[in-house]
Amino acid sequence: MDNVLFGVMPYILLMTAIVGAIWRYRSNKYTWSSQSSQFLENKTLFFGSFPWHYGIIVVLLGHIIGFFIPKSILLWNAVPLRLYILELTALAFGLLALFGLLALIYRRLTNSRVKAVTSGWDVLVLIILLIQVLTGVGNAVLYRWGSNWYAASAVPWMWSVIKLQPDVSYVAGLPLITKAHIFNALIFFALIPFSRLAHFVVINPYKYLVRPYQVVRWYRRGGPTVNVVQYK
Amino acid sequence: MDLRAQLSMSFHMDKCIGCHTCSVSCKNVWTSRRGAEYMWWNNVETKPGAGYPLTWEDQERYRGGWEVSGGNLRLKLLKGPGKIRTLANIFFQPNLPTIDDYYEPFTYDYQHLFNAPAGDDQPVARPKSLITGDFMEKIIMGPNWDDDMGGSPLYAANDPNLKGLSESQKEMLTKFHKLFFFYLPRICNHCLNPACVASCPSGAIYKRGEDGIVLIDQDTCRAWRFCVSACPYKKPYYNWANGKSEKCIFCYPRTETGQPNACAHACTGRIRFVGVLFYDADRIEDVAKTPDERLVDAMRDIILDPNDPRVIEEARKQGIDDNWLVAAQNSPAYNLFKKWRIALPNHPEFRTVPMNFYIPPLSPVLHSAKADNGGLFDSESVEFFNSIDKMRVPVRYLANLLSAGNEQLVIESLKKQMAVRLWVRQQRVGDVGDSAAKAALSSVGLTPEEAFEIYKLVSLATFQERFVIPETHREAQTTVDPRTMYEKRGTVGFGNKRQELVSRQW
Ligand code: SF4
Ligand code: SF4
Repeated sequence: MDNVLFGVMPYILLMTAIVGAIWRYRSNKYTWSSQSSQFLENKTLFFGSFPWHYGIIVVLLGHIIGFFIPKSILLWNAVPLRLYILELTALAFGLLALFGLLALIYRRLTNSRVKAVTSGWDVLVLIILLIQVLTGVGNAVLYRWGSNWYAASAVPWMWSVIKLQPDVSYVAGLPLITKAHIFNALIFFALIPFSRLAHFVVINPYKYLVRPYQVVRWYRRGGPTVNVVQYK
Repeated sequence: MDLRAQLSMSFHMDKCIGCHTCSVSCKNVWTSRRGAEYMWWNNVETKPGAGYPLTWEDQERYRGGWEVSGGNLRLKLLKGPGKIRTLANIFFQPNLPTIDDYYEPFTYDYQHLFNAPAGDDQPVARPKSLITGDFMEKIIMGPNWDDDMGGSPLYAANDPNLKGLSESQKEMLTKFHKLFFFYLPRICNHCLNPACVASCPSGAIYKRGEDGIVLIDQDTCRAWRFCVSACPYKKPYYNWANGKSEKCIFCYPRTETGQPNACAHACTGRIRFVGVLFYDADRIEDVAKTPDERLVDAMRDIILDPNDPRVIEEARKQGIDDNWLVAAQNSPAYNLFKKWRIALPNHPEFRTVPMNFYIPPLSPVLHSAKADNGGLFDSESVEFFNSIDKMRVPVRYLANLLSAGNEQLVIESLKKQMAVRLWVRQQRVGDVGDSAAKAALSSVGLTPEEAFEIYKLVSLATFQERFVIPETHREAQTTVDPRTMYEKRGTVGFGNKRQELVSRQW
């Protein structure tokens, strides 16, 4: 069972994500975004979107740092006080994200205008995200020192998967809730190209910080975009 | 000098009868689609009035447009330095209008009129929301809710242009014998310094180099909606059904082929003019930074004289085609805005350097003015212009609306219009007196020839004189690939209706 879930499925799901992303971007670039519904409802959204996004961004950043430099986490955690700080911060932001997510779900379920623009994918995404955040927070609350585990067992497993030599033994001994967290994360990846999660991979906005304010396109002069008016 | 061409529309407000033919033809051509029902790329609002969306001119609320701070031009939306704040608000925008600031689009349950069982009462068609499909209790707002000053103490009283008016002047809202209103037809201004473009994190909005039309690339738009917040005129609209922003496209498929825009073509009052302007793109930033009192003059400065040999030479150097040059030389926009100085931009103080111009309305003088100096058309009096201060629409109001508060510019335009009227009346009816008519003209610096040209353009002009639109030379590249037209039917070019894997219609 573990072999299938953590040895084979990762490849299937990640391939789905990659192939799906390429397919959708090439065949239907128009839909590569997530549909905002703030225009239809903006009161509950405020209590959902802000906490959710900022909570989850911090938590995700923690995961990403741990993924690339697991040692940093282990070293940091070597001093108990620092371990507590890390765990508590992670938990706080996790709870923030959970609060936001619940507000967002409540909004989708109760507001008739928002319901009118809700697709099956949106519901699926919310379910997956809820499982992910609940198992994550559950981990933090029920089992202590998840950050150490993450760096010591989940990360090596991930690297083993990436190196095409999946070593299931890293994760086989983890508690059920942790396993659910990991497997659900894989499903999350697979969903990215097909759902509103696509906006997660929207990298355009960074350009905004460096480009000049005004954008001018010329048809005659060739080339897609020529920025001409430069402001300080 | 960086010479560029710009298509520009002008509006003769005195002639607008508020019939909304323009809005309806625009709607029929471009926005009768799901998600776009509430959009009126062309709308006509009553002034004084709250407008559409409600109080769009109130930038304390919406923070649209630009401000000059520390000598730099900065989007009002940003508040702090740099563009970071735009990105920080990417998950929730505090200044975004919602559908309730426009109105909930609705239809009526007409079928019920046919299907209702026989009974004692007349069947009625109840309103139904076009968003949710549910019946609506009652309709509380529409695209033109305070038309003709309906409910003016409630709606028009919030008009930001009333700022600085005395209490007795504000009585034009409520006192019948002082009442006056006029119409303000609005489309996107296709600004030289567009705030919508500057605010878009995706870089999806752009100004076309060849004709200055501002467009949103539908494939690149990622539904961040910053353009909706940043545009002080609220002319980009968010399509709630397919998650993209859209805006007035100046009917570019029509103008590219030399036809006037649908709104302008349909206009029953023939109040609209479309023409080409040449401007110097190097100076846009300086113009946008000019203090309020000199803002309109700076805008007139940046427009170049298409008959000046140096400008012609520069235009040739920039590769501007001869038909565009000729159009610029016959441009009604140039004549109205720059040469005769009778047209003014709408809210130049938003600093987007808008490129549509309005000839302010000459409203009747107040009845009470008559006792003072004998009324406006009194041929005995040489003080014709005194009455301009006593017109029903206070000059202050028009200045707030059209010249960033500079009353002199409004008075100049009104006096010129008045002088032309007097002069033409002398030609036609002959009761003004030749010398009085000439004196009126020379006091505003017009020659009889110019007066005749103005008269001709604003009252007799033919289709070809009102719309001087050169065809675009783009033989090699077209915006719409004709082979895809069949697939794109029903979307008027706004995205393909391909279905997502599960249940979302695009
Ligand atoms: S009027 Fe608004 S939408 Fe149109 S170009 Fe100007 S800033 Fe952009
Ligand atoms: S069609 Fe012309 S006259 Fe009628 S409302 Fe529009 S601009 Fe005014």
